[in-house]
Amino acid sequence: MKYFLQLVLAGLTKGSIYALIALGYTMVYGIIKLINFAHGEIYMIGAFTALIVGGALQITTGLSPLTILAISLAAAIFFSSGYGVTMEKIAYKPLRNAPRLTALISAIGMSLILQNYVLLAQTSDFLPFRSMIPNFPFLTPGKSLVTTTQLVILITTVVVMVILTLLIKFTRTGKAMRATSQDKVMAQLVGIDINKVITFTFAVGSATAAIGGVLIANHTGQINFYIGFLAGIKAFVAAVLGGIGSIPGAVLGSLVLGMTESFGAGYISSAYEDVFAFIILILILIFKPSGLLGRNEIEKV
Amino acid sequence: MNKIIQEIKKSVLSALWLMILTFPIMVIKVNSYEGVVLWRWKNLMWIGIGTFFLSWLWRFLLDRKENGPGESKPDADRDGKFSLRKALGERKVKIPTLAVLAILVLAFPFMVKFYQVGIMTSALMFVILGLGLNIVIGYGGLLHLGYAAFYAMGAYTYGLMYLYWGLPFWAALPLGAVSGAVFGIVIGVPVLRLRGDYLAIVTLAFGEISRLLLENMSGFTKGPEGIAQIPRPGFFVKLSLQGATTYLFYICIVLVLFAIFVIRRLEDSRIGRALEAMKEDDIAAQSMGIDLAKTKLITFALGAVWAGMVGVVLAAKTTYINPGSFTLMESVMILVAVVLGGTGSIPGVILGAFLVTLIPEYFRALADYRMLMFGVALVVMSIFRPQGIIPRVRKRYLVGEDKS
Repeated sequence: MKYFLQLVLAGLTKGSIYALIALGYTMVYGIIKLINFAHGEIYMIGAFTALIVGGALQITTGLSPLTILAISLAAAIFFSSGYGVTMEKIAYKPLRNAPRLTALISAIGMSLILQNYVLLAQTSDFLPFRSMIPNFPFLTPGKSLVTTTQLVILITTVVVMVILTLLIKFTRTGKAMRATSQDKVMAQLVGIDINKVITFTFAVGSATAAIGGVLIANHTGQINFYIGFLAGIKAFVAAVLGGIGSIPGAVLGSLVLGMTESFGAGYISSAYEDVFAFIILILILIFKPSGLLGRNEIEKV
Repeated sequence: MNKIIQEIKKSVLSALWLMILTFPIMVIKVNSYEGVVLWRWKNLMWIGIGTFFLSWLWRFLLDRKENGPGESKPDADRDGKFSLRKALGERKVKIPTLAVLAILVLAFPFMVKFYQVGIMTSALMFVILGLGLNIVIGYGGLLHLGYAAFYAMGAYTYGLMYLYWGLPFWAALPLGAVSGAVFGIVIGVPVLRLRGDYLAIVTLAFGEISRLLLENMSGFTKGPEGIAQIPRPGFFVKLSLQGATTYLFYICIVLVLFAIFVIRRLEDSRIGRALEAMKEDDIAAQSMGIDLAKTKLITFALGAVWAGMVGVVLAAKTTYINPGSFTLMESVMILVAVVLGGTGSIPGVILGAFLVTLIPEYFRALADYRMLMFGVALVVMSIFRPQGIIPRVRKRYLVGEDKS
């Protein structure tokens, strides 16, 4: 029973991280119908920024771990959003009216650029990431089911989701985002600056990915330049599973994917952990391409 | 004057922004074992200077793309000018050129060092892979990101059949082609309903699954350590290393010519036309009576055949294969060759494959920057020249005009 619960918790933790990344995919896809292939790299850059900034502060100053955590998280969010927005300006904006495959190829290129940029500027080795989250006194390691980082990840994800939902449902910007995703031309006609909306979407999506990156780095304790690829693909699977373009869908899909991976690795074989995500992707696209919570799109000729 | 000041201002702003953006990753390097922080301020300067000029160039090119190059009108101008393509089309020029090229190619292994022959063979293998992927992307319009899986299929066909049954190279070559095609169809059936970006991701997933299976089925495939000591092909007798490499070079030349022949025949065939129609608009094609499912499967099979054969050649050339040779990066590199050279254009893809393989080989200093350059190439080509370096020339059919 304990093993089962541990698997559930591991699955939830994984799913939460996927959800934080998947949000960026789903929001960008909802608005410009582009699979932002480089989104996983943004998550990786978030983790790296936190590591670098946190590490530099730890060595040069004597701040408390919590302050350092706060500063490095803020830095990760700021820089990841910056990368996301800049990436959109360079690689996607000129292709807004181009065929979708051209934009996708550009996105693949951007992903290669960001990966190798970090590889060349930093290192190809795995870097140790010292967890900056202090242990909660009420959770004794080894005895309690849930670890501190797991609890922090779960709570943070819930908070981020609530804030995001409020943002999209109740603010002017959120309304503009929804309008843009429904019909870009009409949105422009009613006075929405869609460039601003797209920039904002990239910024928010990148920020949540950065939060995911910082959390996962604290959880697993090591990062390298390639972590973004697999995480990105899996988050994409989660977004498709839930129905791409739908925010609750992305969360649901991520949790389902995280659980599947956790149980698959726990009860079947951990060597095939990554295969489960791909198999889910193939099955969902074959049998229900619109995803669990997605709407069916009618194609017009 | 005012315009220049504005341009300078824009470039300075871009440079400043990128300097801020790249600051943590480019400048700071933390060594947490020794507790040292490295500040690499010089990098920041290079980023600033580089961005200043590159952003200027970028805006200039974007402007040119949107508003056209100004005076020159493409069609009216080109008639008078000397055009390489036109000159090559004439019989008087074409035949001698081809003859010289043929002699050069045949004599190549005897003119250069042995080491160069090996490199050229790899480049030729890449040409065949590019031509194969080009059938899927260029003609069928299906973005395939798991092409390396077909390549792996061919290599493992030879590797495993040699390992278990001692099959020779020449028996494995056709079998590799067949297994590639079969695998193409096997992957094709489930993804028949998908297209565009979804198809790209699912093929990527299939590619990764194949690789993970090869890695994890250690009992059958020898897992990550791979299969070693696969024999090189012999020419009636067992060849020396040098002889076998030269032999493989010629085999690759023959395969390239065969691929070009098949693709050119394909273009004008019924299937080729069906592919073309499907690429342009699959719903319209379907309503014209084209069986989309069949056509898609044929596309995958035709594309995968080449990868299967090259896989066998790879196994024979390196005598060692492992799943690590067939990663997503391999698929992406083939994609770069196709996109860079020109999707759908045979000379384009050949050029692209040579660029992708030979530049990192001959400019060793650039080898580290290889993947970065490929990324830049993909982005720049998609934005400024989606048709590639040597664009495809589509056949034009004149109706009611005299064909002088």
